[in-house]
Amino acid sequence: MTHVPSVPLAAGHPGFLSPTGVEIAFVLVGVVALGAAVATVTTRQLVHAALWLVVALGGVAVEYLLLTAEFIAWVQVLIYVGSVVVLLLFGLMLTRAPIGRSPEADSGNRPAALTVAGGAAVLLVVLVVDAFRSTWIRLDVPAAGSTRLTGEALFRNWVLPFEALSVLLLAALVGAIVLSRRQGASAAPPEAAGTSEDGGR
Amino acid sequence: MHLAYPAVLSALLFCTGLYGVLARRNLILVLMSVELMLNAVNLNLVAFDVWLRDALHAGQSLALFTIAIAAAEIGIGLAIVLLVYRNRGTSAVDRLRLLRDDSRDEPAQPPAGAAAARPGGSEGPDTSGEATE
Repeated sequence: MTHVPSVPLAAGHPGFLSPTGVEIAFVLVGVVALGAAVATVTTRQLVHAALWLVVALGGVAVEYLLLTAEFIAWVQVLIYVGSVVVLLLFGLMLTRAPIGRSPEADSGNRPAALTVAGGAAVLLVVLVVDAFRSTWIRLDVPAAGSTRLTGEALFRNWVLPFEALSVLLLAALVGAIVLSRRQGASAAPPEAAGTSEDGGR
Repeated sequence: MHLAYPAVLSALLFCTGLYGVLARRNLILVLMSVELMLNAVNLNLVAFDVWLRDALHAGQSLALFTIAIAAAEIGIGLAIVLLVYRNRGTSAVDRLRLLRDDSRDEPAQPPAGAAAARPGGSEGPDTSGEATE
């Protein structure tokens, strides 16, 4: 280890047995986020799944803050916790999801899903730990994800993909409107048209 | 901070979302699991960007793009789910088997205009779906 003093990432880094405060906070928030994610995919109450998803996504936002990516963290809070979960709750409401415990929230292929997910988890964790065992993120230098830096990178180097993304968002908006519009609303009886009108929007 | 912490957390979140996609029956719960998987990818992108100190900020820019695409995906996905629920009266993924090879439940399927009446139409596809099981 003393033969390579010119590589600060690999030499002289602290081990796993002496975690810093940021690492302890990261692990604690990560345990909360992972537990909320597991509760999201295993709970039998559909509305509770959406509320656990809020906890999981908020935990991921805190992890972004701990990784000094503050702009991504606030975008995460605004878009995911603010709008995506609200959209999901509206979707649950409009498809008349049962409020209490629904016994058929899980389909029949649950053992196969457990096998696939467990195998993938073991494989990925072993691979990732083995690959990045001696890799060290330096968090004491100035932050890499402040709003100024992210904005400069986004509007200098990534401005063409940014504009293409705005076109994609417009296409998604038009597509959602076209999908949720009723075709042949005049042929339907008026009471049926009324119920599906407030069901579709 | 070790890079292994965010990488392991991201892998575990991804596998949780994978389990949810495979095991859930409600379409909206499947969409929630897809959101979990996308978040795992975002966490990886941000962690590797902070590690590499990329001059172009590629990781964080791509994370922003992924968040925007996830928003578009959830909008389109919920529109499709609502359309499926309006036409078929159910949002369970294992009852949407109209395109299966041996579609035994096809004659019992009411036309789309008859399914528009929601209180009566919601029982029609459900009973026909359960009759095949």
